[in-house]
Amino acid sequence: MGLMGTGILKGLGVTLRHFIDTYAEDLKYVLNKSGARQPRPLRRQSPKNKGLVTVEYPRERLPLPENFRYVPFLVYDTEKQDDKCTSCGICAKVCPPQCIWIVRTEDPVTKRPVPQPKEFYIDTTICMNCGYCAEFCPFDAIKMDHDYELSYYPDQEPHARLVHDKSRLTKPDTYHASIHPTDWRRELEDRAAEEAKKKAAAEAKAKADAAKPAGGAAPAAKPAPAPGAARSSAPEPDKPAQADTGKSSSE
Amino acid sequence: MAEETTHPTPAEPAAAPKAAPAAKPASPAATKPAAAKPAGHAAPKGPPLATLTPELVQLQQHFGENVITPAPYVGVLVNDLNKLREVMTYVRDQLGFDMLANVTAVDYIKEGYIQVVYHPQRSKGGQPITIKVRVPRGSDPVAPTEVAVPSLTPIYAGAEFQEREIYDMYGVRFEGHPDLRRILTWEGFYGWPLRKDWHEPYYEGDTKPFDSRWPGGHHQLAEERVPWADNVNYPPGFDPLNFNANPDAGLYDSMLSGVPHAQVEPNGHAQQAPQPKGVGAAVPVYDRNHNNLADEEELQTDQIIVNMGPQHPSTHGVLRMVVKLDGETVTDLKLALGYLHRNHEKIGERNTWLHNIPYTDRLDYICGIANELGYVITVEKMMGIKPTERAEYLRVIMAELTRIQSHFWAIGFLLNDLGAFYTPALYFITERDLILDLFESVSGSRLMCNYMRFGGVSRDFTEEQIAHARELAFDRIPRKIDELEQLLTDNEIIKARTIGVGYLPAERSINYSLTGPCLRAAGVPYDIRRVDPYSIYDRFDFEIPVFYGADVYDRYRVRVAEMRQSLRIVQQALNQLDQTKPGDIQAGKKAYNHRVPAGEAYGRVETPKGELGFYLVSDGGQNPYRYHVRSSSFINLNSLKEMVVGHKVADAVVILGSLDIVLGEVDR
Repeated sequence: MGLMGTGILKGLGVTLRHFIDTYAEDLKYVLNKSGARQPRPLRRQSPKNKGLVTVEYPRERLPLPENFRYVPFLVYDTEKQDDKCTSCGICAKVCPPQCIWIVRTEDPVTKRPVPQPKEFYIDTTICMNCGYCAEFCPFDAIKMDHDYELSYYPDQEPHARLVHDKSRLTKPDTYHASIHPTDWRRELEDRAAEEAKKKAAAEAKAKADAAKPAGGAAPAAKPAPAPGAARSSAPEPDKPAQADTGKSSSE
Repeated sequence: MAEETTHPTPAEPAAAPKAAPAAKPASPAATKPAAAKPAGHAAPKGPPLATLTPELVQLQQHFGENVITPAPYVGVLVNDLNKLREVMTYVRDQLGFDMLANVTAVDYIKEGYIQVVYHPQRSKGGQPITIKVRVPRGSDPVAPTEVAVPSLTPIYAGAEFQEREIYDMYGVRFEGHPDLRRILTWEGFYGWPLRKDWHEPYYEGDTKPFDSRWPGGHHQLAEERVPWADNVNYPPGFDPLNFNANPDAGLYDSMLSGVPHAQVEPNGHAQQAPQPKGVGAAVPVYDRNHNNLADEEELQTDQIIVNMGPQHPSTHGVLRMVVKLDGETVTDLKLALGYLHRNHEKIGERNTWLHNIPYTDRLDYICGIANELGYVITVEKMMGIKPTERAEYLRVIMAELTRIQSHFWAIGFLLNDLGAFYTPALYFITERDLILDLFESVSGSRLMCNYMRFGGVSRDFTEEQIAHARELAFDRIPRKIDELEQLLTDNEIIKARTIGVGYLPAERSINYSLTGPCLRAAGVPYDIRRVDPYSIYDRFDFEIPVFYGADVYDRYRVRVAEMRQSLRIVQQALNQLDQTKPGDIQAGKKAYNHRVPAGEAYGRVETPKGELGFYLVSDGGQNPYRYHVRSSSFINLNSLKEMVVGHKVADAVVILGSLDIVLGEVDR
């Protein structure tokens, strides 16, 4: 303890420094003519920043890290022109607040389930954005979105807006690739590896069949969505679905 | 959330006809000998969860037949309720378990009893012991138990709120409790929400996943299912249109008259506090020279009751402090809790084991990672699995960064409470946000991280994220903590406002089960990372900062010192991180339908607020049979009255700020 009042003065020194820093930092930015300017939101939220930290939200937006998760969407396979979802129901089971409703498609003739959702609802008023559905989906068919602005005008039908149905949920895989590049790259690699494996297995099987015509067929991996196995990559429950990288928002 | 649409009982006790069922004998199952172990909760198949510790053996030898251990069983059972106080006094005085960490109950509905579980522990450290008693749950689902458990409040002051919570949630009466009212729900709530036969409105099923979601899951908007639709059962004789509740009348009367609140009768209704009401006659009145004016008959002053909160920034959320004021001095204080109550524990029992992880984020939403850690290590204890090395390091890094950001927040808002409006708070929120940026880029969310998994974590750090963490831990945050101290520690105004304010000496703090920085500011070096190490905390070199002032100023200083120690841990963990295998973040197979071996466990971690414990009971299924959260914010509030009484109103706000509560965890 020094003289009475020195503690306060020391503290005021800190606020003064903060005050000056806010201008110094902006000045540094304005005087930097090199052209290698960082966008303002990035600069302001960097750990190196000393000045102001606020950004003017609707006009300026912070870049979202790749891992950022908001309410999920369904991935539409643009290559095969089909939903990736097989309506296996794992997402509905792992959903902690139970906000996912799925109606399975039935084959009109055989009445057996077809691996495609007839209806798919996510109640975004209930969704807690935990990301389990995306993490545990074995088909990479449901992903967490980056779109966090879900408000709507009162004259719009609220039911249609907050309870997302299948048409609202479905987004093309190009969109998924654009917001989750690392995840997408991993998916492509996995798919290529899977194809190669399948090809090798088929060749081996063809050889075996040729050698022994009475050889039994390999059992199907999954009984219910058996036709779906041909449509998309095989489940990999032991592999973390999102072991991907994400660029930090502050770098 | 669920209770909002349930049915309050009319205020007058006569309206609900409960007297007749209450006279019924207890169900036959309840009279079974205690040794009959519930079938569903039999032998744990996993590793032994707890062995009989020497203390329990000693306890058994001393009390003989009264303390039994029906195997397989965790802890001991006191089979004579009248002996409970004697046993617990022995446990406290002879065995040295001076702190009642946790009290909770489990409703074994098939067996017909409710089991009250006590976890006393030593403030010197070590594992808690488990002591249980049983009361028949009775046949009337609405009446409280006929048999009352002796209240432990004379032995452990920290039992007060916890016993009230058990009364509120299970209807277990506690004999000799000073203020046995409902605490999280309101006076007049119909039924006991955590009993297994209590169902919330729009009840769908006991356990998730609900069958209605798949394969034929047609959605219905929750708002369309209104309270006046079916699925709401009002108490008999209750007319919602003419309902006029005044649940606080008894509270105010008891505070003004100085008479303890009416004891709860076996019929489930609190009787009105006895008269006189209105003016506090027996309270001394002082003039400015501290002379007692009571006998001079000149100055007639009234004591008034003021509600601070629930809608007020100084109460850090929806907390209501009902204070009795003599001028500006607080002479009595009671808390009205439960505004944020959503029956978290019932939700937890509906959920599967995995579902609960994101829910724990919502307990103390400032430090979600710490809550997740507490939950996953408790479940891992029951499942007998261990996370991978890398996952352990990532957990520690995230948990310690959580501590730093939580203390930044706590100190910033303590200054707000002191009247330094938002300048310090915003300086520290800036730093906190940089940490949250890291959380967001790693886990996908800033607060509700949902990062931990059983046996691992959900995502690995990338190189960029490690660089970000290093920049924070080695450069930015240490500088900013220095700046924080420069700004605040020597400030004369802060010292004048905080030194000696909110004093609670060490032995009282322990008796009140106070944990966390507040306990360490009273000179008790109690930190679970050290006294009962979990995860890999035993590998790091760090200290447990202790101060001895037991006041608001030292609570502040403890937090600053802890931030520095947390930084040391983060720095060491980041340095050692490259010795682990990248990508190896999940032990075993990643699964979503975990089955936990039957048994029970009490696991705890040191969160920034104090001891966070999870008491989990599994019946071997996909869902917890019992999921209890020992919330440090809630139990720390127990001691608020003793800290505040005698101080001015403005200091009451500061003292509350120094406790650093989060209402999401208080009300659960």
